[in-house]
Formats: sequence, C-alpha cells, structure tokens
Amino acid sequence: MALQETSTGVMVRAEQIVKSFGSLTVLNGVDLAVKRGQVVVIIGPSGSGKTTLLRCLNHLEKIDSGRIYIEDELMGYREVDGRLVEDKEANIARIRAQVGFVFQRFNLFPHKTALENVMEAPVHVLHRPPREVREQALDLLAKVGLAEKADVYPHKLSGGQQQRVAIARALAMNPKLMLFDEATSALDPELVGDVLKVMRQLAEEGMTMVVVTHEMGFARDVADHVIFMDKAQIVEQGPPRQLLEASVNERTRGFLRQL
Amino acid sequence: MLQWNVIGQFIFSGFVLQAAWTTLWISVVAQILGVILGLFIALMRMSRYPVLSSIARAYIWFFRGSPLLVQVLLLWDGLPRINPNLLLSDIVCVLVAFSLNEGAYMAEITRAGIASVDVGQMEAAKSLGMRYSLAMRRIVLPQAARVIVPPLGNEFNNMLKTTSIASVIGLAELTHFAQQFGSPTFAIFELLIVVTLYYLLMTTIWGYVQAWIENRLDPNRSTKVELQEKSWASRMLGFGSQAQAGR
Repeated sequence: MALQETSTGVMVRAEQIVKSFGSLTVLNGVDLAVKRGQVVVIIGPSGSGKTTLLRCLNHLEKIDSGRIYIEDELMGYREVDGRLVEDKEANIARIRAQVGFVFQRFNLFPHKTALENVMEAPVHVLHRPPREVREQALDLLAKVGLAEKADVYPHKLSGGQQQRVAIARALAMNPKLMLFDEATSALDPELVGDVLKVMRQLAEEGMTMVVVTHEMGFARDVADHVIFMDKAQIVEQGPPRQLLEASVNERTRGFLRQL
Repeated sequence: MLQWNVIGQFIFSGFVLQAAWTTLWISVVAQILGVILGLFIALMRMSRYPVLSSIARAYIWFFRGSPLLVQVLLLWDGLPRINPNLLLSDIVCVLVAFSLNEGAYMAEITRAGIASVDVGQMEAAKSLGMRYSLAMRRIVLPQAARVIVPPLGNEFNNMLKTTSIASVIGLAELTHFAQQFGSPTFAIFELLIVVTLYYLLMTTIWGYVQAWIENRLDPNRSTKVELQEKSWASRMLGFGSQAQAGR
C-alpha cells in the first residue's frame, strides 16, 4: 500500500514482521501502515496472527525479524551495527505510554476502584498532579458512560462496564494511537453495543486506531481500511466496502461466508 | 508432685518477661528480614537471567534442605574456625541464621503469590508505560499480598516457636530461661509449663491479629458504593441491573 506519504503522516509502520512461537510461525512477513487519524480494522479466523500482530506493535511480544515504527521511532529495538538489539526498558516504556492498548479480558486492576484504575498511570508514570488527573479521569468515565461508577471496584462491574473503564484508563494517558485486541469478544452479546459505541465515538473524534475484531458491522461502518489475515499473512486489504462486499479473493470470501 | 509455688513465683517474674520479650523481638526482626530477603530471592528466582535464578535456586536448596539448628551451629562454631574475627555474638548469630533460613521459605511463598497474579495484570501495567519495577510495586505485589499473607502468618507462628533453637547457643530467650532456672532448682517441668504458657499466649494473640489482617485483605470487603448500585441514573441508562454480571 501507499507508503509514499510524508513520514509525519504515518503513525504506525511495520515492515516484514516475522514472529514464531517455537516451530509455529504466527506472523510470516507482515507489512502494515497506519496513517494518523486512520481506523484500521484487522479481521481473520482464529489463529491467523492478528492478535499477535497487535501485541507486537507495542512490544508485548518480541519479534524475530522486521521493524516496527511508531511515528518514526523504532519500537522495542535499537540498531547496533546493522543488527537489532532489544531496546532499554525505559525507552520501550516511554513509547508504550503513548500507545493505548485495550485487552480482550479487560485486565483492570482489581485492587483499585474504576477511578483509581484510570488515574494510576497518569499519576505514577507521567507524574502529573493527582488533582488535575482526577478531573480528567472523572471526565473520561463520564465519556464512557460510567460517571457514577467511579468508586466501584471492578468485580462489581459487568464485563461491558469493565471494558469501558479499561478504555478510559488507556485514554487517560492521552495516547496518540489506540490498539484494540478483540475488545468485545469476551462480552455477553447485549453488552457489546455499549463498548462499540465508545469505540465509534473515538473514531469520530479522529483517534488513530488499530482494531482487531470479529464485529463486521463495526468494520463496515467505522473502518477506513480493512485487513484480512489468514495463516500468518495478510491476504487482502482495502476499503471496507470493497473487501467485505466485493472481494474476489477466495479465502476472504470463504471467511466472510462462515460468519 | 508439681511445685505450684514455683510456677507462681516465676510466671510474672522479671526474668520470664525479659525472656519472652527477647523471643518476641527476635521473631519479629527475623521475620521482617526474612520477608524482605524472600522478596528479593523470589524476584531473582523468576529472573530471566540464568545466573540470578541459579543463585536463588541454590540458596533455597541449601536453606530449606538443611536443619535450622545445624545452620545456627555452622555460624556459631564454624565461622570462627575459618577466621577468629568471625565470632558473632549470640544475638547476631541467631538473627542472621533465622533470617537467612526464613528468607528461603518466604522466597517460595512470595514466588507462588506473584505467580498467582494473572499475567494480564503485568501486561496492562506495561501497556500503560510502567516499567517492571513500578508495575511490580503498584500492581502485582499488592495483589500477590492476598495470597502471601496467610502462609506468612503461619511462618510467623512457626518463628515464635522456632526461636527456642537459640537456647542451644545460650541466648536468653524463653526456652533457655526454663533450662537455666529449672536445672538448679529441680523444677524444670514447672518452668517448662511457665514458658509453654507464654508461647501459647503469643501464638494465640498472633492468631487473632492474623485473622484481622486476612479479613482486611478480603476483596469482598472492598466496596465503597454498594448503595448507589441501583440509583435512578443507572436504571435509566440500563446497566444498573447488570452490575453483578461481571466475573
């Protein structure tokens, strides 16, 4: 795809990512480019490598070869004599602080209230004044529709509520990029809508997003660009209407038929 | 025939109170040092650097694999043979041996506690820009504490009684007190009864303290907004009724 953009317009660039777990290759030469403000949705069958790709983007997984750039900065590695060496922890953490990640299983901190979950990183990573962070955190909780749950612990919240707190927690770092890893897959069907609504709103506000999902409606309505992955590779990509409704690729059509 | 008057004479005497105090503070100090040591050994044991984890493994292997009494004697009799300057005072010797030994047990308990915390917690913390040490301190260890505290309580209960080993090198704790005053008066049995009562008193009080701490750490206690759960706003917005559905 078009990589001739000015480099400042590109938020994420992944080049020839290879990743295997033991003898199983889960990413086999994957390229990805996400422009600022773009919503890229990755679809594909289970085990196609889409979640691993997302986790590689903020270095929750190490890669075997290839390069990942977050706004021109090499993620997770630095070059020493042409070879890639894992970067210093402080550097990785600094870049991660600018990238929000939303997990399938929410991963809220169970020993902290919703508000404390949202405040934790801005206060202890960015060292911002707690009073100011508290204001912002309450605004964010209101934004995801949970203003009145600020003092509630996660185990008292439904899955959908927990996930929205998790989104607010990621947004509290004022990220320039949000990664969503099957954010609605662990939810009861009736709770999916509230979470998708928040994600839609974020997209409308211009947030750059990479979204791994099985929600085809979301892909069709919100995505600027859809990527279909299968067997550790990108099979096809393009605008949502073209890929979801008019694909000529056998594997893409096969996957979409099964849904 | 039991000499009740001997029991009465000693049970509130300054000697036994002094000995009980020694038992108590040695237990507390050794336990605290053991917990700190155990934390570091546990983190070393889980390190991805093989050198660190091997050292931790060897440490745990040695201190859990040999008797505490022998470890005390190794320090007490053994060290001065290597170098006469290494003659430790009885207190130092006991504290060092007990802490090192306890560190090995606490390391395994701490490791199990950390391992019980879902890996997603560390990942979530890292995704928010936290470094390993901050994530450990703020996110993982507070959750691991819930798993660590009950066995830690049992360790301290054990520690209170294990201090009796210090009597073999003449440290003036409870058991040594009984031997010291029992032999010349032919009332060793009576004095053992006295110190047993003191041990029981300390472990019983600790039992209550432990229960109180464990209750405080119970996650079901930590709810600040129970009553607001069904406020009109949450009902209007439609998720009040699902408040219990999570997990």
